[in-house]
Formats: sequence, structure tokens, C-alpha cells
Amino acid sequence: MAAAAETVVSQTEPEVLLAGHGITKRFGSVVANDDVSVELRPGRILALLGENGAGKSTLVNVLFGLHRPDAGQVVIADENVELSSPHDAIARGVGMVHQHFQLVPPMSVVRNIVLGAEPRKLGMIDVAQARRRVMDLADRFGLHVDPDAAVEDLPVGAQQRVEILKALYRDARVLIADEPTAVLTPQETDHLLDVLRGLTAQGVGIVFITHKLREVMAAADDIVVLREGRVVGTTTPAQTSEAALAELMVGRAVDLHGDRFESGATGVGSAVSTAAAPSDEAPIAEADEQPVVLDIAGLCADDDRGQRAVDELTLAVRAGEIVGVAGVEGNGQRELVEAITGLRHAAAGTVSISDRDASGARPRQVTVIGVGHIPEDRAKHGLIGSYSVADNSVLNRYFKRPFAAGGMLRRDRIDSHARDVVATFDVRTPDVDSPADSLSGGNKQKLIVGREFSDDIDLLIAAQPTRGIDIGAIEFIWRRIRERRDEGTAVLLVSAELDEVLALSDRVAVMYEGRIVATVDPRTATREEIGLLMAGAESSAAGS
Amino acid sequence: MRALMRAAAVPLASVVLGLVLGAVLIAVQGHSVTSAYGALVLGGAGDADALLRTLQKATPLVFGGLAVAFAFKAGLFNIGGQGQLLVGAAFAAGVGFGLEGLPLVVHLPLALLVGGAAGAAWGAIAGVLKATSGAHEVIVTIMLNFVAGNLTDWLAANPWQDRSGSNIIARTPLVEPSAEIPTWGWLPAGFVLAVLAAFACWFVLERTTYGFEVRSVGANRHAARYAGISVGWIMASTMAVAGLLAGLGGAIESLGVDGRFEAGVNVGLGFEGITIALLARTNPIAVIPAGLLVGLMEAGAAKMQFESGVAPEIIDVIQALILLFVAAPLIVRWLLRLRDRPDAPDRRLTLGAGWGR
Repeated sequence: MAAAAETVVSQTEPEVLLAGHGITKRFGSVVANDDVSVELRPGRILALLGENGAGKSTLVNVLFGLHRPDAGQVVIADENVELSSPHDAIARGVGMVHQHFQLVPPMSVVRNIVLGAEPRKLGMIDVAQARRRVMDLADRFGLHVDPDAAVEDLPVGAQQRVEILKALYRDARVLIADEPTAVLTPQETDHLLDVLRGLTAQGVGIVFITHKLREVMAAADDIVVLREGRVVGTTTPAQTSEAALAELMVGRAVDLHGDRFESGATGVGSAVSTAAAPSDEAPIAEADEQPVVLDIAGLCADDDRGQRAVDELTLAVRAGEIVGVAGVEGNGQRELVEAITGLRHAAAGTVSISDRDASGARPRQVTVIGVGHIPEDRAKHGLIGSYSVADNSVLNRYFKRPFAAGGMLRRDRIDSHARDVVATFDVRTPDVDSPADSLSGGNKQKLIVGREFSDDIDLLIAAQPTRGIDIGAIEFIWRRIRERRDEGTAVLLVSAELDEVLALSDRVAVMYEGRIVATVDPRTATREEIGLLMAGAESSAAGS
Repeated sequence: MRALMRAAAVPLASVVLGLVLGAVLIAVQGHSVTSAYGALVLGGAGDADALLRTLQKATPLVFGGLAVAFAFKAGLFNIGGQGQLLVGAAFAAGVGFGLEGLPLVVHLPLALLVGGAAGAAWGAIAGVLKATSGAHEVIVTIMLNFVAGNLTDWLAANPWQDRSGSNIIARTPLVEPSAEIPTWGWLPAGFVLAVLAAFACWFVLERTTYGFEVRSVGANRHAARYAGISVGWIMASTMAVAGLLAGLGGAIESLGVDGRFEAGVNVGLGFEGITIALLARTNPIAVIPAGLLVGLMEAGAAKMQFESGVAPEIIDVIQALILLFVAAPLIVRWLLRLRDRPDAPDRRLTLGAGWGR
């Protein structure tokens, strides 16, 4: 296998590394790709930009041999090819870095990289040769990893380098990276972009899928914007701006900031509006006199493996303010939210909500106190996929009037409530009887937000409220959260997206290894300062 | 209506395929397929007696099927129908012969209630263990089947044994007339209870907040917890309800069909509930026709053997084939070129849904 691939490498430099010409792919009646053409040349980074459901993933899956196109031609290294499986693509030098790493956690870096293409000697894996080849590759491309470390012990950024090495080990001339920065800190993201640049210097071509405009502007050579399965724009960073790209993606002008935020962070969209400016300073000035709604003191909680994940954390959120928790994923944010909402047992400390002791409360009690919770994992916690939109719209309130009386569900009340939520929160669904699974990610999230907002709540806990959804839905949900804040609800926002935390928060609490290491003012702190704090640097620049 | 047809397509096709393959087996043995199947139907529904036999056979099957189907709605795989049915049958008989001089309106409901409660307690053991320690309900219910079998054998052979005359069989005395379930012509009252139980299960599951909680736990346990539902309570109580249903099935066997509890008589009856529930795709209402179909085949098997010489074991083979096709719907879909609409929600029933969690 390795020998076959090497002959490909030794060929003369092709003009086009990877291309799709007129790719059309339908799923049932849905046209996921409609006459899409893209072309990747050696040494270039092609950014595929688009909202969820725009057809980016379908396109790369066609190029990688996972889907067969209904029409159109795939070209690899100047040759028209028919791919019947990813093996065909890999054999022709196309590698994929998946968003969810395809690694075996307890195995060493070397073994992960050679897995499936091991150099053999006498029927055994030739570990020495494998190790040597991996080290050579790592040196050549500047991808530094400890070859003998177990993958599970590596930070996410290093695991991603292992994924990249895995592709390069199979002599990939093309790397397809699916949302590679979604799990990285700002520093790790910058490092990854450097690595990708280094790869292109050696003639590798990269297809880079993302919805983060800042990265596209920073790293891409060519930009293709997809919307509703069609190519709506082909451009370069020099010829465009973030605002123009956002407009192309969504199909209309986008206002993501809406609020006070103007400098420091560049958000997903860069259109800065002044519409909401008057409400700017007011909530913050008043916030100090507002009562504390959520009061956490000395909270400790363990993760699923029994390791301390939240470590004597203290934090307060007042009525009418949004406190954003910034941090790299896996620093205890999930456990913090679960401990507050009663989904996880707190080992120590107290939680009080609206002056009521909620330490050790069960989820039902927390709901009844007046807490809305947008859970981090839509599919796991937020919705029951096989349930209808209507049933999901009352998922944690089904037992209360008017949805139930005397232990009986009142279908008519549930349905009319669901129709209200669908209308008010712009959930696109054929009817309220459709199963929640049939909704797109953004509409699922709007359904959850609608549900949590339709009750009287004093506290909103929003964990990753816009993860993986399109800009239009992000804009909508952000506006709703701000409205709620302005009405006096206390909001605890937890997000791995620094842009989101910066755009929404009145105060930013940076979480690192289970503690709040600093609280900063998003109007004065820079991305770099916060990024350093997120990475565990001592707090010196930012006070509280 | 179309949705109903879609849901019923695979089970119906499975039944037809099972009968066709059964016909091949009958023909291979040199018997007449038409006379065999003809006798089977006549033996199961040909006259009032045949119909009575079918309905009596179907009653514990419906209860056993409901015991599996209800638990399945909470994501639990109840293999313990057998044990729950046995304790129900034994304790109902115990109350049936042990108390004398009570009027029917007190005695019969009391005997049914005690039988049901015994089954419920038996089922609840597995549910409570699952909720508190995570012990897998499949393992626990299988083990409890053995415990129930031995316990009821002992009861029938020792404290509750019929000592009249020269009886040496491990069985209880006949229940008092005031504890007997009546039969109206061809219609046994027990079957009426089975039908009512099926509709009650449907109502509880679809119309009550408790049913919402049960289904939520079965569909997505994590979301159920997020929604404030006590997953442990639902698991424990669902298994108790499942045990109640199976226990009632056993109680009706003792009080309405056998007239007593006898060791070994009801063995296997509880396991057939799994067949019924799968054939009904765990829909409580569909459990009724599924139970009737299997009940008819079992009721007619003797006549089939008598008239056409086909061994009654062919019925077990046909049942096994039907179950195979229901459990492997891909085969049926391929044979019939049935296709899931791509936009249709996934309603495939996965047998392994309760495993490994």
C-alpha cells in the first residue's frame, strides 16, 4: 500500500491536486450539492465557507470517496477518477483530518500513525522503522509530537497534529481539514494555521472547512462560499472582507455584534451596528446594585472519571447581566454547569439561586426555582429526537399547568404552546408533530431556546448556545439572550467560542483547570490577554 | 391509516413468510398443506369451543406481551415475564383456595390483586437493582425466573400442596368457586381483562404524565434526567408495572383456566410474551392481535395433528420463523422491496436497545 502510494508521489508535479467539476449530489428530494465546482492547486489553502447545511461536508465527502456524486467529475492529480471508497482517495494521496479525531486513545502516537499501514518485518510490526519514519515526517513538516506518548495524554492540539501526521504518513498531497479549529484555543489555532502554511510550502494542498471568518481571512489563499448547495462566491482574502463574506454566506447583511463591542475581538461577522448602542452602558452601571441571582461559593465537582474538575470555584451573577465563562473545553465548564443544574453531584461548596439554597438540588427543583438551561449537548440532553416538536417544547415543564392536570397530559395546550414557540422563535418545521430529529441543528437550538425562554426564569444558564449552528440562527439566539438580560434575567454563558463570550458578556470569567483564574472586562481586555489566561498563563495583565 | 399500514407491514409480512415456509416444511414431510392449515384454523376458531381455547391461550400471551412491551418503552428488556407470571399464578391460587366464605365480588378481585402484586414485587426487584446499582435487568430477570420457578414449585409441593385423597402431584387445591373467573359462552372474562389491560397500557403511556416520563427515559435517558425526571424511579416503577401485568396473566391462568396452581404447568408461557411484544413492535394495542394469532395457532395445533398428522411442533417452528423475520426486518424489507422513506422518522425497533447501558 505504501509502495503504491509512493509511485504517485514520484510523479511530476500535477497542475490540479484535487477538483470537483459540476458536482451534484441529492439525498432524496434534498439537493445537497448543485453543480458545485472547486479546484485546489499545489501549495494553496482553499477555504470552504458556508453555514451548516450549505453542503460543505457533502462536497468533501464526495471528494474523499464517501459519497458518489449523482453528476459531475472528481479530479485527483490531473486525472479524472471514480472513487468507490475513501481507500481510493487515500491511495491517490488525499488525506482527511476529521473534526472528531479518529485515534485510539491508549495507543502511542507512532502506533496511531502507522495503524493500518504498518511497516512489517517477519509478520510483526517493525516498530523501529515505524518510529523512524514518523520522526522523519514530524521533522520535515515541523509537526512536533512525542512519538511514544499515549494519545490520550496529549492535549487536543497535539492530537490534531497526530491526525495530520497520519495523513502525511500515507503520502497525502492533499489534506482535507473539517472544522479543524473548533476545539482549539486561540494560541493553538494560530499554531495550526502556521503548520498548515508550512505544509503548503512543501507543495501540499489544503482544503479547509470552517465557518470562522477570521481564520479564513488569515489563512486562505482561495475562498469558496457555499450556500444552499451552490457556490455563491469564489474570491481571495485580498479581494473581500469579513462583512462581505458573512453576507455571502447568509444571503443578507448580518449584524452579530449589535452591542457595545467594537474592538479587540473580531467576531464571526464584522458588521458593527450602532442600533443597540444606547442600551450599552446602562445595564453594566446598574448591575452592581442589582441583586445577586446566582451565587456559587467554593464549589467542587468531579468529572466522570472521578477527577476533580471544578475546584473551589466561586462566582456570582447578578440580575440583568451576562457573565461569560471563557475557557478551553475540558477545563471544568461542563461539570460546573451540571453541578449548578443538579445533573451532577457537587462534592463541596454551595450554590444559591435567587436567595434559595440550591446546593444538591435535583434538576426538577432547579427548574422550579426559575432556571432555564440551554444544555451544551443538544442531542444528548436538550431534546428527545424521536419526540415531536410539541413534546420537546414542554420537555421539562410537561408536568405543570397548563400542560398537565391531574396527571393527564393536555395535548391541546401542549400543541398550542408549541405553535407559539415555533412562531416566536422562528423554528422552521412543517408542523409541531414532526419529530425533533427532522429539524436542522439551528432549528433544534431555537426550539430549545424557545422552550427555556417561555417560562418565567430568573436565571438562564446557556452552555455553548450556538455550537454548530448557522450564522442566521446565532444572530437570532444572541439577540434573544440580550433581550432576556435587558429584562433583568441573570445569564451565565459558557462557551468555547471566545468570540461569542466577548460579543455577549458584560463580564468575562476565565476558567482554567476548574477555577475562575480571572474576571475581565470585555471592553478593555484583548483576545490575546484572554487567550493567555485560557491557556493557563498567570494573571498579570488582567485584573478583576 | 397509512402510518398504521406502514407500521404493520413488516409484522404482517413476517407472519405470511413464516406460514409460507411452514407450508413448505409440511409439504416436504408429505402432508397436505391445505388440510393442515385448514384444521389449524378450524381448531382455533371453528366453533365456540375452539374460540374459547384460542382466547384462553391468548390471555396470558397478551399479558406477557404487555409486560415486555411496557418495560421496553422505558428502554428496559424484561426477560422476567416467566418468573413474574409464576409468582402471580401461585399467589393468586394461594388466595383462591386459602380463603373461604368470601363473596365473589371480594374474593376474586382480591385473588387477582394479590397475584398482580406478587408479580409487581418480583418485577420491581430487577427495577430497583437496576436503578440503584446499575445491575442489568436482563441478567437479573433471567436469574429471578429460576428463583421464581423453584419458589413456586416448593410452595406447590409443600405448604400449599393439595392433601386431598391420594394426590402426590405438586399442586394446590382447586380454588374456591368464589375466586373463579367466569366464562361467558366462548368468551372468557380473563380475555376481556387482557384487552382492557392493553388499552390501559396505551392510555397510560400516551396520555399521562407518567407515560411521558416512561417514554422519555426509554427514548433518551440523559434528556429525561435533564428534564427533571427521576430515571431511577421510572425504571423501578416500570418494572413493577411490567411485573404486575405478567402476574395478572398468571393469576388468570390459575383462577380462570387451570383452577389451581400446578408446578410446571405454566413453564414457557412467560417467555412467549417476548415473541408477542416483538411481533406487536411493542405497541400495546397491537399486542392483542399478536396474542390472538399465536393463541390460535397453539389452540389449533392438536386438531391439526389429529386430522392431518402434522406434528404440532411445526407451530413452534413457524413461530420461531415469524420471530426471526420480525427481528430481522431487513430481510423482509428486501424480500418485499419495502423502503423506508428517507424523511420518515426512524421507527425501527432495535432489540439491543437496552443492552450495555
